Amino acid sequence: MAPHTEQLTAPAVRLAGLTRSFDGRTVLDGVDLELPAGQFTALLGHSGSGKSTLLRAVAGLDHEVEGGGELTAPERVSVVFQDSRLLPWRRVLDNVLLGAEGKEAAERGRAALAEVGLAGRERAWPSELSGGEAQRAALARSLVREPELLLADEPFGALDALTRIRMHGLLRELWKRHRPSVLLVTHDVDEAIVLADRVLVLENGRIGLDLTIDRPHPRSYRDPLLGEYRERLLAALGVTEDLA
Amino acid sequence: MSTTTTTTTSAAAAPPPAAGAPGVRRRTRRSLSPGKRLPAAGLIGPLAVLALWAAASAAGRLDPGAIPAPWTVLRTAGHLWTEGTLATDVATSLRRAAYGFAIGLTAGVVLALASGLSRVGEALIDGTVQLNRAIPTLGLIPLFILWLGIGETFKIAIIAIVVYIPVYLNTHAALSGIDSRFVELAEVQGLSRLAFVRRIVVPGALPGFFVGLRLGVTGSWLGLVVLEQINATSGLGYMMFQATNYGQSDVILVGLLIYGVFGLVSDSAVRLVERRVLSWRRTLNS
Repeated sequence: MAPHTEQLTAPAVRLAGLTRSFDGRTVLDGVDLELPAGQFTALLGHSGSGKSTLLRAVAGLDHEVEGGGELTAPERVSVVFQDSRLLPWRRVLDNVLLGAEGKEAAERGRAALAEVGLAGRERAWPSELSGGEAQRAALARSLVREPELLLADEPFGALDALTRIRMHGLLRELWKRHRPSVLLVTHDVDEAIVLADRVLVLENGRIGLDLTIDRPHPRSYRDPLLGEYRERLLAALGVTEDLA
Repeated sequence: MSTTTTTTTSAAAAPPPAAGAPGVRRRTRRSLSPGKRLPAAGLIGPLAVLALWAAASAAGRLDPGAIPAPWTVLRTAGHLWTEGTLATDVATSLRRAAYGFAIGLTAGVVLALASGLSRVGEALIDGTVQLNRAIPTLGLIPLFILWLGIGETFKIAIIAIVVYIPVYLNTHAALSGIDSRFVELAEVQGLSRLAFVRRIVVPGALPGFFVGLRLGVTGSWLGLVVLEQINATSGLGYMMFQATNYGQSDVILVGLLIYGVFGLVSDSAVRLVERRVLSWRRTLNS
């Protein structure tokens, strides 16, 4: 077979026995994980369960953290943080182009802004954007780099509920069009179920549950079949839904 | 005629709401803000003082030996400018301040960059500057006279030191106070070290730099005044000091007036540049 097919089947991210600890407290205790190229994965966990530690390890942002294990990640990785992290002294387009140079990049930047619905706001200052708009600009910034892997650390955590639902649709849309591997870290079970095709639960420093969600998109929160997934995930998180 | 008046201004004596129009009743709350700013608010106080001064002088209530009338001061200024040494004195003073300021500004920025961007630089420079800061710069005057003589070099050196300290301190604090979230962002976006400094560190430190710059400008005038009044044979301060000996209060006032103009113009210039460079901040303040 052509090497092209081989590339497609190769995992985008591979973790083997990944450990990370802070001041002797083990946060990641030998995580084994493979993310196939182009898969939309969500990572759930309690706060403090090490979700962000895992994401930062994959992003290569954990400089002074103890730990070992094997980690393979693609060359082009983008990260979307919980805050939009736009530089207040650069206009929106210049923020999107941070780290991408040249005329051709500027065109891609405009296109990315248009894709997230911010066409015409290129010259705005970040302080003039609403929270949702700022987060969309951050998404555009991550797209410009044409990432093979998109890491998102609770990207909608600071948004209001209505904006969040709209952003869910946008993220899924962008994923469909560009097909990066996505690792979405979240503490919101519903968000994970609605967006991802595979949901992982991080528990005691390891992947406690690995669940494939086989439902068509777009999904609705009210889909009763998603309820089963929700229950299993909540159980894995140690939450029992007592509705009595 | 309309009964649906919805007052949005801070009318203190709101009329009782028109009867028969329920739903449009709206009582404006008493406004606690001081209200709209008066036009040319910054000038009213000074002009009042000037008027008072002129009136008191005209009425003969002020001792002309201590506080001469405004027109006397103006006449003296004109006289000194055309026939005296005022023009050269002003030029001398300005030259001192400008050289000292330029050197101090450059030194402050260069040292702050060296110390803010490298750990070795920080180890070498920061402690030294902090030590330097602990010694009041004007206290260095005797030593500097011994080292550099009483000429221009010594005056420029002292002014430069007065200027570089606030410029260094504020710029360095701003450089080392860069938000770690932005450092992370730069890493994620794959910025080179140079690009990181140019696009994130320097623009992020500019507000701090401008605080230092304004303190530096003020400092340069302060240093100038002190130096010219104790150890000079030319310049504005010298002119004023001589005037003390002859009891010429009008000459002293002319000197003060010119110092005031210097300070006002230079501060406005810095503000103007600051507004231009930090235009992204305006959206926050307005």
